[in-house]
Amino acid sequence: MTTTTSDLAVQAQGIWKVFNAGLANEVTALQDIDLVVGRGEFVSLIGPSGCGKSTLLRVIADLTDATQGSLQVAGMSAAQARQEQRYGIAFQQAALFDWRTVRRNVELPLELQGWDKGRRQARAMELLEMVQLADFADHRPWELSGGMQQRVAIARSLAVDPPLLLMDEPFGALDEMTRERMQNELLRIRQETGKSIIFVTHSIPEAVYLSDRVVVMSPRPGRITDVIPVSLGERDDDTREAESFFESVTAVREALRGNPSSPARARVGEV
Amino acid sequence: MTDHAAVPAATAPRPRRQSTVSRRVRKGAVGALWALAGILLVMLMWELVKWVGTLVSLPFNTNDLSMPHVWTMFSGAWQPEVRGSDTTVLQAVLQSAAYSLLIALGGFIIGVSVGLLLAIVMQRFAFLERGLLPFVIASQTVPLIALAPLITGIGNRISIGPVQWSTTYSVMFIAAYLAFFPLSVGALRGLHAPTATSLELMRSYAATPRATLFKLRFPASLPYLVPAMKVSAAAAVVGTVVAEISTGVRGGIGRLILEYSREATSQPAKVYVAVFGAIVLGLVAAGLVTALDLYLTRNLPKESPA
Repeated sequence: MTTTTSDLAVQAQGIWKVFNAGLANEVTALQDIDLVVGRGEFVSLIGPSGCGKSTLLRVIADLTDATQGSLQVAGMSAAQARQEQRYGIAFQQAALFDWRTVRRNVELPLELQGWDKGRRQARAMELLEMVQLADFADHRPWELSGGMQQRVAIARSLAVDPPLLLMDEPFGALDEMTRERMQNELLRIRQETGKSIIFVTHSIPEAVYLSDRVVVMSPRPGRITDVIPVSLGERDDDTREAESFFESVTAVREALRGNPSSPARARVGEV
Repeated sequence: MTDHAAVPAATAPRPRRQSTVSRRVRKGAVGALWALAGILLVMLMWELVKWVGTLVSLPFNTNDLSMPHVWTMFSGAWQPEVRGSDTTVLQAVLQSAAYSLLIALGGFIIGVSVGLLLAIVMQRFAFLERGLLPFVIASQTVPLIALAPLITGIGNRISIGPVQWSTTYSVMFIAAYLAFFPLSVGALRGLHAPTATSLELMRSYAATPRATLFKLRFPASLPYLVPAMKVSAAAAVVGTVVAEISTGVRGGIGRLILEYSREATSQPAKVYVAVFGAIVLGLVAAGLVTALDLYLTRNLPKESPA
């Protein structure tokens, strides 16, 4: 080991996840996954339904156990990282609590950490400023549009200021226009906060636009078939129409088809 | 002048808090009018049936002894309860109804507490749900009439320190026994209501089971809990009245109905006044729960999932 593990947001080695092991309906959801995410890096997991990308995210979040393999999150075990709130998480459903105001939804993780009321409120307002929803602090979640709800969920995931953000198709339920706005907003937040982000999606342009690296997965059994680095530099709305953007999109698409366009991408993992 | 700064509000639906209140008041007033019209209609039907009974022979008695006139009942309410006494029938009925309401309220509170507690442990420990739920359901198949003397019999032998069991407690116990069931079943459903995502969210926060219960499961269960409480309140009232009759405990509306029905040959209106007392008792109980409902769900969207 040359780098110290704490320099890495996530370090996974030989991760397996087998559901219903030993039964007739046994499913290998993850097979021998190696994944390293550096600090401040933005990595997308992409693949068709059932390729295990969400399962991998949930293993990293310690929402489910890996059957086998070693995993370090923020330099500690996944369970410890969860206990110590070293990551924030956002799902496809905003999962805001209807009975709480927008502000108190953002306060929820802080409340559970035992922050006192004044600090909690100040921090929640700060985050709502960041996602430009400060005016809606006292509204109820059901009074907000889908995109606004998702911004509240992102603010909530940042509440305890974790170094790592785990996002499971957070924009999956949004319309295309809102989605692109949210992507820009996420990149802005990333720049402001320097978070490491693991982002699950099944949209190729989304993965390319957002990421430093796109991890391509394939199903039955779920495994990593390719890792495609993306170097688009500073993103703006022109990026979406740039030549280099389309090149990367093509590269990811071909990788998803299992059609490596260069010998460098023929990879291990094929048994 | 470019004055259009980023306005995220553009797509936001307007809050509808104020309008909800006035709409509720209006709805309440309209509801009250309809209820009043309903009562008038029932009175009219009653008199109509009596009148038809004088013309043709109906398969039931419509004479003044079995079906006193509406106005006889009204005036009967203002008669002295017994000859020479200065309490009217109405006063006696209202007093008894208030007494029964207190017993029912006690039974309701005990029943709700027990039901909620059961639901919480059943939700928390799956094996308890499997083991306990059949007994919870079976408990309701025991006929009340069989239960009442049993509870009185056992209860009368209980004394804790200076506190001696009274039959009133038996009545309260029976009310609670009927009230806990709908509540525990409804609450259990409600505690299971949070989505998988919300539960994972709480897990990602390393929230304790207790925090998850109070900050997620309990608030999420309210849309299920509140209707269950309405059913429980009705059960507590019915349980109280029936238990009063079968245990013969004095002071409540159940006993009063029993006594007045014995006097039906001389004063047929009296028993009807007592029955109305029981109805008012039920309505007051339902009203109290509705008030509780409005308070508990004040922060929730008005569309109920249940």
